[in-house]
Amino acid sequence: MEIQEKVCFEEDLNLDFLDTIKELSHCEEIDRCIQCGTCSSSCPDAAYMDFTPRKIMALTKGGFEDTVLKSFTPWLCASCYSCQVRCPAKIKITDVMYAIKRVAIEKNKYPSRFPIPVMYKEMHKILTKNGRSSELWLMLNLYLKTLNPFGLFKMAPLGLKLIKTGRMSIKKESIKNKKQLKKLLKAVKEET
Amino acid sequence: MKEYIYYPGCSAKTNAKHYEESILPVFKILGVELEELPDWNCCGATASMSVDDEKSAAINGRNLSIAEKAGKDIIAPCAACYLSLKKANNFLKEGSKESEKILSKLEKLGLEYKGTVTVKHPVEVLVNEIGINLIKEKIQYELRGLKVASYYGCQVVRPFTEFDDVDYPQSMDILLQALGVETVDFTAKTKCCGGALSANLEELGARLNYIIIKEAQKKGADAIVTLCPLCLFNLEIMQSKIKKIYKEDFKMPILFFSQLMGLAFGLSREEMGFSRSLIQTKQIWDKIEIGGINV
Repeated sequence: MEIQEKVCFEEDLNLDFLDTIKELSHCEEIDRCIQCGTCSSSCPDAAYMDFTPRKIMALTKGGFEDTVLKSFTPWLCASCYSCQVRCPAKIKITDVMYAIKRVAIEKNKYPSRFPIPVMYKEMHKILTKNGRSSELWLMLNLYLKTLNPFGLFKMAPLGLKLIKTGRMSIKKESIKNKKQLKKLLKAVKEET
Repeated sequence: MKEYIYYPGCSAKTNAKHYEESILPVFKILGVELEELPDWNCCGATASMSVDDEKSAAINGRNLSIAEKAGKDIIAPCAACYLSLKKANNFLKEGSKESEKILSKLEKLGLEYKGTVTVKHPVEVLVNEIGINLIKEKIQYELRGLKVASYYGCQVVRPFTEFDDVDYPQSMDILLQALGVETVDFTAKTKCCGGALSANLEELGARLNYIIIKEAQKKGADAIVTLCPLCLFNLEIMQSKIKKIYKEDFKMPILFFSQLMGLAFGLSREEMGFSRSLIQTKQIWDKIEIGGINV
């Protein structure tokens, strides 16, 4: 029998990872996880995940930073908050997933060739630039970024239906005071 | 009751125009004029929380500050906007070092926020403040004969709501029953539609939406009624994908609760944006025409 599990030595771990995630998720309770699995059984997307939410909690506690950051799991979290409201240890699991996503983006370790991180980054870029999001432009950017013109082709019939029912805006939506928004977003990233 | 200001969110201006087209006149009939939040910006939804939480809090802080200046509470019909505004509001009021930093940056740009704004969902306001009695008084046409599954999705009921249950909420059911509509015992009412993931991960999206629509069909619902633009969108567009994968063509109409309220208040199908539906709504008209009662 071949053993599939990869061995991870303590040297490969980041024992500060738990503290980083605690701080970023504003959740001190991760330590209290008893591996009961309520989160995984509440999760609508667990079947598609490489590590279930319960495993992500254990890996995070154990300092398996690389494994966690490269996992698809946080990107498959649809933010339904089912796990979060049910967790008997009151861990804000959805917020932990958000924290993992942000660290993965910051360290550029999120799974490549997967549309969700690209979509979130593009959407965030558009809405912080214009103050509003525009689906059409988001879709165009997304398919260009993922080099998937076929995807765009597949979406065309839906796009036409939405235009026909008046549910798609062609113009780039925008707020009036873009200058203020730009200043604000620049300021929050400065220390003082 | 403090006055409300309306935060439409991006969806109500694009793919969910019929949500705005029905909510505003319905509230007007009930004596509440909903003025739009001046120069509101996008809430950032799940995207900004995934990329940059400081910016997410700041852009929501901008909206909260504008509402505070107007002296009004926010009414947010979109589930993602509702959650984002509530999340940022809780954070900005917690008094931590991080939240004080964002507040000071807001203040420097003339966007001071003291934390006096409350964020509410229209269903909450309709049921708990305006009240079922007033709603019943305004009914001109009882929608008898129509049986629906009321679907709440996730982000209005979890994790911040104070007005209903996280797993089996009742508010929208009570509202629809007041209109004469029968609501089925819908155990999938807070199951997830996949949110922003569904359109990009179609197999996952098809599965999640199949579970919801199938449950509604088994319970004998003629339509699914919802309170979230993204839920409505997913439940509509995923039906063609479901047809391919599960070989079932549901043709299940998906409606906003406010569209049915408008009909019951005597407004026309055209005014309530029924022509914007991507799924044929003819079968529900037949039911309402047979069972409906003029009041």
